[in-house]
Amino acid sequence: MSTTSIPLVGAARPGLLGKLWRGNVGPVLVVVAAIMVVWYVAAVAMNWQGVSERFARMGQDASAGAVFWQTMAEDRPMLPVPHQILVELHKTVLDVAPTSRRSLVYHATETISATLVGFLMGSALGVLLAVGIVHLRTLQKSLMPWVISSQTVPILAIAPIIVVVLGSIGLRGLIPKAIISAYLCFFPVTIGMVKGLEAPDRMQRDLMRTYSASTAEIFWKLRLPASLPYLFASLKVAIAISLVGAIVAELPTGAQAGLGARLLAGSYYGQTIQIWSALVVAAACAALLVVAVGLLEKAVMKAMGGRP
Amino acid sequence: MAGSAAPLERTHAVPQGASAPVIDVRGLSLTFQTADGPVYALSDVDLQIADGEFVSFIGPSGCGKTTLLRVIADLERATGGSISVNGMTPEEARLKRAYGFVFQAPALYPWRTVGRNIDLPLEIFGLSKEERRKRRAAMLELVNLSGFEKKYPWQLSGGMQQRASIARALSFDPKLLLMDEPFGALDEIVRDHLNEQLLQLWAKTGKTVVFVTHSIPEAVFLSTKIVVMSPRPGRIIDVIDCDLGPERPLDIRETPEFLKIALRVREGLRAGHSYDD
Repeated sequence: MSTTSIPLVGAARPGLLGKLWRGNVGPVLVVVAAIMVVWYVAAVAMNWQGVSERFARMGQDASAGAVFWQTMAEDRPMLPVPHQILVELHKTVLDVAPTSRRSLVYHATETISATLVGFLMGSALGVLLAVGIVHLRTLQKSLMPWVISSQTVPILAIAPIIVVVLGSIGLRGLIPKAIISAYLCFFPVTIGMVKGLEAPDRMQRDLMRTYSASTAEIFWKLRLPASLPYLFASLKVAIAISLVGAIVAELPTGAQAGLGARLLAGSYYGQTIQIWSALVVAAACAALLVVAVGLLEKAVMKAMGGRP
Repeated sequence: MAGSAAPLERTHAVPQGASAPVIDVRGLSLTFQTADGPVYALSDVDLQIADGEFVSFIGPSGCGKTTLLRVIADLERATGGSISVNGMTPEEARLKRAYGFVFQAPALYPWRTVGRNIDLPLEIFGLSKEERRKRRAAMLELVNLSGFEKKYPWQLSGGMQQRASIARALSFDPKLLLMDEPFGALDEIVRDHLNEQLLQLWAKTGKTVVFVTHSIPEAVFLSTKIVVMSPRPGRIIDVIDCDLGPERPLDIRETPEFLKIALRVREGLRAGHSYDD
């Protein structure tokens, strides 16, 4: 055996950049860069005809270079380029007071409040339905088909009906939006929670039987803790579609505020940059909400002795 | 399992007069109706188990040994004959929490620490916090897991997990301990070790133990009585008294007495066509 040690390849302590690169950051950046390239190419291609036709109408004989640069500087392009959206975001998020109607922060807050209220209502409903379905055989037979068919109704069709009906009894603003959110998001919670409450295996249930435990004790000490991983998986889906529900609820109802209203106004006036900015903010909100649920999940699982 | 657990000393081992059997099974049968016709899991089983005995059920898979244990525990219902546990029906005995049950797997709840797993039956039975704390400490000591109270099941080895599940079964001090192949999933070295510990625990607590196994040495080493069973239909072939005395080091398995009993068990199994294809 030789005593000279062979340096391990790659064993050197990585710097901060190296660490980031080895984590999620590297791969994510690569994907983002690829999307940017495709986006710019697509934007130039899609805006090209419009720009060159406009130059022609104005009687100018523009060079290809001039057309190329103009495709990225249009007021109402077919497809805005990322830096136009960033400029618009800067203007509507940072430059305007967050209480202003022109601020995306204002609109996002509006939508997120409806999302959160709807999410809480929907999740509570979903859990209650699941508890009922698991414990009462009649409910399983009578309720489950309705739960499933509720999701086959297109939400775009039902949203205006809900808003109009609730409006006629004096409910306006946040509540109708939250109800539409709840309508969408209770479903995955019910399905996941039913599965979770039935997750305990035969041995775990037999154990409770040997103790002659009551249904309530079996629920609190076995079924509920066993269901939590399933519940959190469902909640992540639920919070994302809850946001979709809130935005959809703002679309057909002429809502004055919210990301959906912003999208609608943008499409009325052909303000594509405004639409895309609202979309980006909506996506960021969704990511933020899902991450928040994920963090809650992590904390709960840690408290329940989960393997790190 | 060193140390003495005061509440578990032979408090009930003193026979009360001419003690009735703890478990009395007469003409018991259990038939499962399946799509392929009836399955005779148990057929005309007679068995008496006295207080303080250590009884093993041995036989090949499908001989009804686990089913018989589950009938005693009221986890299955017999379709014929009679059975009494502590002079009651199995259901009454279960409702009175007359037995602790140890399953094939530890079946610890993964979201509870070892201590809180042992606490589970005590919580359900509504014991006070102080009483629970005392019992928990005594049980952990009994199964040599002191210091592991705050660990989660996944942090323990398989043998330690099964010891924790035995502590859980004994925590409410039932007279009867029902064990369904508790060491079947463990390797032989751990199994030997746990067999020794179980024997000491039995001697110390004087529980009546009913133990299902498919290992001949395990059955002979542990039991005062071996019930040899055979399949199709599940029935008892032989009941062998097997008192090797209270002191049983692992070496006892090499002695002629031990081998003689082991041979009789094997002959019983052969007579029941357990070795047929």
